[in-house]
Amino acid sequence: MKVIEITCLEVWREVSNYIDGDVDAELRARMEAHFKTCAHCKAIYDGTKNVVTLVADGVEYKMPSGFSERLYKKIQDE
Amino acid sequence: MGLPRTDLTTEAQVIARVCAGDREAFYALVQPCERSIYAAAMSILNNPADAEEAAQEAVLKALAAISRFRGEAKFSTWVIQITINEARLKLRKDRRHLFESTDEEKTDEQGDYFPKDYADWREIPSEALQRKELREALKRALDSLPQKYREVLILRDVQHLSIQETAQALGITEGSVKTRLLRARFQMRDALAPGIDGSWYAGKQEYEKVRPW
Repeated sequence: MKVIEITCLEVWREVSNYIDGDVDAELRARMEAHFKTCAHCKAIYDGTKNVVTLVADGVEYKMPSGFSERLYKKIQDE
Repeated sequence: MGLPRTDLTTEAQVIARVCAGDREAFYALVQPCERSIYAAAMSILNNPADAEEAAQEAVLKALAAISRFRGEAKFSTWVIQITINEARLKLRKDRRHLFESTDEEKTDEQGDYFPKDYADWREIPSEALQRKELREALKRALDSLPQKYREVLILRDVQHLSIQETAQALGITEGSVKTRLLRARFQMRDALAPGIDGSWYAGKQEYEKVRPW
C-alpha cells in the first residue's frame, strides 16, 4: 500500500495524539513512514514520549502529613 | 473510561447512602481520589497549605451538593471538577495583585508550536529519575508552564485521567485538552532537553545531537 507523505508540521501537530494512541490507522502509517526518514521528527517524538514517561514517574504530589485524617474530620464535623 | 456495570451500581448505591446522611459512605467515595483531588489543587495553587484548604472546601461542597450528582461523570471526575473551580477561586481571591490572567486568550492555541531544538534524547536510563537534579529540573519545568497547560498535563500525565475526564474536570472541550496537552508536552521537552542533551550525562556519550544547525 502506498503511504501518502506527511509534512514535519503535520507530524508535530499530531505527535501528542500519536503517543496517546489517538490517531487513525492511516495517519499512524503516514507518521511511522515519516519517522523512518526524518531524524528530527523522530527525535521530537522520542523526546516528547520521554517527557510523558518522566512526568508520570517523576512528578509526585505528596499529600501533607495528616491530610486524610483532617479531611475525614472535616467531613464528620460538617 | 467505561466502568464495569457492577461498579456503577455500587457507586450509585453508595451515593444513595450519602444522600441519606451517611458520612462514612461519603468518605469511602472520597478516599480513593484524595490524591487526585490534592494534585488538581496543587496544579493551580502550587502551595501545600492552600491546596489542602481548597481540597477540603471542595470536598465539603461536593457533600453539600451530592443530591445533585447525576452520575453523568464518575464521582472522582466530578469532585476534581469542583476542586479545580475551588482552587481557581482561591487563586483569584488570594493573589489578585500578582495574578496572571488565565482568561482564555482567543489566539494562543491557534497557530502551531514549534519545537525549539531537535536534541535527541531517546536514551533515558531508568536510574536517571533517581537523580536529584532531574527531579528538580522536572519541577522547575512544570512550574514554568502556563497554568492552563500545567492543569492538563497533571490531570492527564500524572493522574492519568482520560481525555474525556480531563475535559469534564476542566470544563473545556476534548479538542482543547489535546491542543493544550501537545503544547504542555512540547514545552516540557524544550525545558528539559538542554540537560538531557548534555549536562546530565556528562562523561557519557549515550545521547546524540541531531540539531540541524
